[in-house]
Amino acid sequence: MWATPETAAKGLVRRGRPLPRLGERGASSALPLLPLLVAALAAVPVLTVLLALAVPTPEVWAHLWATILPRRVLNTLLLVLGVGAGTFLLGTGLAWLVVAHRFPGRGFFEWALLLPLAMPSYVLGYVYMATLDYAGPVQTSLRGWLGPGFSFPVRTGLWAVIVLTLALYPYVYWLARAAFYELPGSAFDAARVLGHGRGRAFVRVALPLARPSLVAGVSLALMEALTDFAVVRFFNFPTLSEGILRVWYGMMNREAALEIAAVLLLLALVILGLERRLRGRARFSQSRGRAPGISPQPLRGGRGAAATALCTAVLLSAFGLPVLQLGLWAYRDLGGIGGAEWAGYGTLARNSLLLALGAAGLTGLLALLLAHGVRRGGPPNPLTRALVRLATLGYAVPGSVVAVGALFALSRLDHALNGWLEAGFGITVGLLFTGTALGLLYAYGVRFLAVAFGSVEASFEKLKPQLVEAARTLGASPRRVLLRVQLPLIAPGLLTGLLLVFVDVMKELPITLMLRPFGFDTLSVWIFQMVSESMWTGTALPSLLLVAVGLLPVMLLVRLGIGACGAPNPRPQGGRA
Amino acid sequence: MQNQNRRRVSVALRALVLLALAVPVGSGALLSDPGAGAQPDRGVVNVYSARHYGQMEPVFERFTEETGIEVRFTFGKDAELRERIKAEGRFTLADVYIGVDAGNLWIASREGILQPIPGEVVARNIPEQFRDPEGRWAALTLRLRTIVHRPDRVGPEELSTYEALADPRWRGRLCLRPATNVYTQSLVAGLIAAHGVERAEEIVRGWVENAPAENVIDSDTRITQTVAAGGCDVGVVNHYYLARLLNDDPDFPVRIFWANQGEGERGVHANVSGAGLVKYARNVENAIALIEWLTEEAGQRLLADGNFEYPANPRVEPHPLLQGFGVPRIDPIPVWRYGELQAEAIELMNRVGYP
Repeated sequence: MWATPETAAKGLVRRGRPLPRLGERGASSALPLLPLLVAALAAVPVLTVLLALAVPTPEVWAHLWATILPRRVLNTLLLVLGVGAGTFLLGTGLAWLVVAHRFPGRGFFEWALLLPLAMPSYVLGYVYMATLDYAGPVQTSLRGWLGPGFSFPVRTGLWAVIVLTLALYPYVYWLARAAFYELPGSAFDAARVLGHGRGRAFVRVALPLARPSLVAGVSLALMEALTDFAVVRFFNFPTLSEGILRVWYGMMNREAALEIAAVLLLLALVILGLERRLRGRARFSQSRGRAPGISPQPLRGGRGAAATALCTAVLLSAFGLPVLQLGLWAYRDLGGIGGAEWAGYGTLARNSLLLALGAAGLTGLLALLLAHGVRRGGPPNPLTRALVRLATLGYAVPGSVVAVGALFALSRLDHALNGWLEAGFGITVGLLFTGTALGLLYAYGVRFLAVAFGSVEASFEKLKPQLVEAARTLGASPRRVLLRVQLPLIAPGLLTGLLLVFVDVMKELPITLMLRPFGFDTLSVWIFQMVSESMWTGTALPSLLLVAVGLLPVMLLVRLGIGACGAPNPRPQGGRA
Repeated sequence: MQNQNRRRVSVALRALVLLALAVPVGSGALLSDPGAGAQPDRGVVNVYSARHYGQMEPVFERFTEETGIEVRFTFGKDAELRERIKAEGRFTLADVYIGVDAGNLWIASREGILQPIPGEVVARNIPEQFRDPEGRWAALTLRLRTIVHRPDRVGPEELSTYEALADPRWRGRLCLRPATNVYTQSLVAGLIAAHGVERAEEIVRGWVENAPAENVIDSDTRITQTVAAGGCDVGVVNHYYLARLLNDDPDFPVRIFWANQGEGERGVHANVSGAGLVKYARNVENAIALIEWLTEEAGQRLLADGNFEYPANPRVEPHPLLQGFGVPRIDPIPVWRYGELQAEAIELMNRVGYP
């Protein structure tokens, strides 16, 4: 086959990196050691889960398939479909609304629509439940007007989907908004010039160009929905992750529970596979420093009011009203709260904050090492792709399963270490990993590496390959290229990832419950304890505190102006070539 | 503008690296005691507790006042605490495990994380029915799971037994707790112990048919409030949830009905919270002192009254509010049998489609 001029040119560029590879050890075929290490560490708890499949429990398994599993598989699929569609529509729609239009309150909604990110889904779930069910204030008042026979069911799959959609849409909104800001206005204008209406241009140009970000956002939301066990319990919509707890805690059958976890993992892998597919061919690199974005279209009169109303409705139902309800409960609770309680809440908040900061820092660093490491050896190959998949698998595994996997692995390490030190040196160090916050941070890393990695990787993908080539040609070592060229350019993506991990860890429950050091409690643990005792008023203050602390990074990013990759208001920047 | 952005970025990056390095190291070193040296801390006892309710603190404070022994504790779900004690092995910090639900305590003893509590005090204070046969744990408080109703909708003469709630006349009128809840599991285990699996399955199937999905509520408080609001006519809950609501509001319209009190019937279903001595406890003396104290008058008083539970020590009077509930006859089954039958109970509920 003859080379076309293009392929020949490409080959030249690739083969003909003319300068000596300063500081690069080995050729591009060498094993990427650092990513290998990260992936191996991250995979241990997950592999522990998969190993459970080697201890088959055929009788229990047959029983489960004959009884509870079919419904749970079906419910899980319905949940995935519902939450997938819901978060996609809400997240993308709202993002497009605020990026490409002008309407009353747009500037406010643009950042305010991110606020629900700080609201844990289980808090949203119990607030909805306690407010809307038969004994709640809404139905009680409605019965006052409409007669005692009035009621509507709340414990249904529909409400589980609604609550999870409201809690998770910000993941999609967040990424979609950034992606829409980055769209070159020229492409959109071209479609308009070619006779497409704005709506059609959105579907034909904006959506496909933003597809990697949209798909990434929806798959983040789906992983959260798949591994949720609290909301589906509140609304009696049992899914596979609920089945894991039922079999593990109830039937005391850890092996069978882990087998269900493996099924869940399989389902998650299918979703992640689809994500790869959908993202796959759509690779667009930034061709210019910063192109002028889409010029916003003013919405006047009724349409403007409708846009405002829609944003208000979403914001109120996902954030405003729940916070108001929590505030009411907290107000009722305030009388019984003295200095000791406040100090207690303060300690809880400090602990949550410390853990979230540590986990964000650690995970961000690991994500960076992984993302950079796998592309050091050249374009992605099957090996590096497999490494990445292995390293980010933890996000598809319910937190409780990651926690138990990490506990098994780390406690073995602890015991081995102590055995060795005692035999060799007569020293006992105790539980270095499972007894301290190290084990906790490790498990957070396993679970949330995918979150940080997603943002970092997306930023890396958008970098012009020529940029790196140019820097290398000028003699810079890979490390120098990373520090001086790539890092500053991907910093917004990295920070986005850090923020997401921070907020995720603030809200995280099962891992924190199982691995936190002795006597070390966090806000989420406290809330869980209160919710499981149905002490609504007692949950209110810590819930509000949790939301408030979770809001800090959101506000910080908005203030720094990097929420939308440096362009909260898309004005054309000077200094463009 | 550009420079400023770059500076921000580099500051942020430096902060990130510092954070990534400092926090794990700092937290690992400072936040906790890794249990180094396996030396007993004098004057301390460490408790892993599945019981919290905000009411453990006053109990422990009082114990410290009386004995000078400091109580450090952490709480969590039973299964998680057990997994943790198991994984920690001989390095565990736990001296005492406080569990809720007899099934959980039974499993702890079966999994080998407990050791027998020496001495006579516990055996003298707690009836045999509420203790491990090998003395590894003992109940501290009793929670009676029974029927609640609103007298203006359902008179007590319409109520009798758990079994009768399977009758079709309760179709759509029954509120239940989901199968994932341990109290439900032990209640069904009790049915299996009394009637055998087949008959128990019939009864539970009847319950499920009578309770629509909207009435399967994962909160005893909410079940009781739904009965009060008229969302269902009868509910099955632990007695202290009603007691709490009555304590907050004496006019709360729901009343307790003690199930299975008739002639030849077995009595109301009792579950327990209890304490076990951890196998690798380092502060054994203090742990025993704590467990013994919790079974005596002072400990029982605080522990039971704080949450309106019945003291497991029969010589201690229940809270005055509970005396208004009357004195029910309790099913004489040894409570550890719920543990033995728990997995079977869940399989049964799986078969009948109990949510």
